[in-house]
Amino acid sequence: MTKNMLIAGFGGQGILFSGKFLAYEGLLEDKSVSWLPSYGPEMRGGTANCSVIISDIPVGSPIVSNPDILMVMNMPSLDKYENAAVKGGQIFIDSALIDRKVTREDVEAYYIPATKLASDEGLTGLANMIMIGFVIKHTGIIPIENIERALAKVVPASKQHLIESNKKAIMLGYGYEG
Amino acid sequence: MSEKVLMKGNEALAEAAIMAGCRHYLGYPITPQTEIAAYMAKRMPKVDGTFLQAESEIAAINMVIGVAAAGKRAMTSSSSPGISLKGEGLSYLAGCDLPAFVVNVQRGGPGLGGIQPSQSDYFQATRGTSHGDYHMLVLAPDSVQEMVSMTFKGFDLADKYRMTVMLLADGTMGQMMEPVSLDMGEVTQYEKPWAVTGTKCERKQNIVNSLFLKPEELERKNFERYEKYKAVEENEVMYEEYMMEDAEICIVAFGIAARISKNAIDMARAKGIKVGMLRPITLWPFPKKELRAVADKVKSFVSVELSMGQLIEDVRLATECTKPVLLCNRTGGMIMTPEEVLAKIEEANEGGKN
Repeated sequence: MTKNMLIAGFGGQGILFSGKFLAYEGLLEDKSVSWLPSYGPEMRGGTANCSVIISDIPVGSPIVSNPDILMVMNMPSLDKYENAAVKGGQIFIDSALIDRKVTREDVEAYYIPATKLASDEGLTGLANMIMIGFVIKHTGIIPIENIERALAKVVPASKQHLIESNKKAIMLGYGYEG
Repeated sequence: MSEKVLMKGNEALAEAAIMAGCRHYLGYPITPQTEIAAYMAKRMPKVDGTFLQAESEIAAINMVIGVAAAGKRAMTSSSSPGISLKGEGLSYLAGCDLPAFVVNVQRGGPGLGGIQPSQSDYFQATRGTSHGDYHMLVLAPDSVQEMVSMTFKGFDLADKYRMTVMLLADGTMGQMMEPVSLDMGEVTQYEKPWAVTGTKCERKQNIVNSLFLKPEELERKNFERYEKYKAVEENEVMYEEYMMEDAEICIVAFGIAARISKNAIDMARAKGIKVGMLRPITLWPFPKKELRAVADKVKSFVSVELSMGQLIEDVRLATECTKPVLLCNRTGGMIMTPEEVLAKIEEANEGGKN
């Protein structure tokens, strides 16, 4: 099985970090994985995105142009990528930041006000990981059981105290019932 | 085997250089390879090495000449326009028969171009980047793991043949993360009796120089150097074959274009089209003999590349134009989709001409 995922939003929302977390967990599960960021001026604001592939077979091209799973955290990203998702694909939307619905009828859309939940729960800046928990719940892209070991790998050594809040954010998204 | 870690291509190759015994990194930042310099700035002081950000690319390559002349493993890295600036120094390195390791993480050109991935420095890398009769040994990895293994091997080949080895990557190879093992084995040490290390009044002085004003002498030097290149061509060709056993169409591609082509080959195979790939890992020396042999078995070739058609010339030369060679290309930082490659494979399958 191969899952092609595209994560997109504004620079600063932790788009690249959340993708890195998924890829690392995939690696720890002995899957073939790749992570490819958009790079350049978008790192300093504007839109950012990354391609993540988690697969049982060796990854060919690391570029995801037609995602099975699309996670978007701003309106320009939904506008840009909605039509790129594969037929039958899953689209995850931060409804606190995007005030429209998915217009396509051949995909499954999931809505979660991640940015609002983050500020309500004292997890400011972790809307990305709330989204990731929500994605894990509905896609099974990685198992929820082992998130701590991947977090320990992707959270820099100097910031290991943030593992707990990241975990809390993921579990909040995982348990969200809408 | 050591535990696999997730690393960016740029960072992984920088670590591999340190593992290969490189303790002198001389560079100047440019997207999309700045992570190499950033990583070296962090790591080199911890291994008693030298990280130096020079005032320009030209200064950096000339510092590489100095370190190499002193017999130490040296490297520099840049991206397309920066490599052009290093051209003069690369010619001097060849003229002095010095080992060096140079990385080009290509971006779109010509001119200042853009910062997105490209393979349009193929001619520059394989035809000699600047003046004079010379070659560089050019390695083209297609994964983060190969960024590592080819860097490790590159330093070895540079010392073995006393020549510049260029690692030719592109923005995607530099920026992507993949699982990688950094288990590289032992570093082979080479005697360097020619190195300029001080005579201590115990031996005749060594001179490293590329100025030969007597044409007889310069010609002799060049003939000698090309004997060395002949040995490289005979011994160091590397390539990978993918689904070539029964292939009727052969894709030739390197780096990221080869990765995309693998997806397209899988799609074409699912449709019953017999297509495979020969992926050159060394771009110079080019797998000429191997491609010539393939030409007797297949009905056509497809060159898949991120340029206006540079690799395709080597495919035509190697196959002596015995079979049609189709071009599937994007340029300027754009990257073809597997579907675009598939369409070209189907065209080739229906008897497409050059």
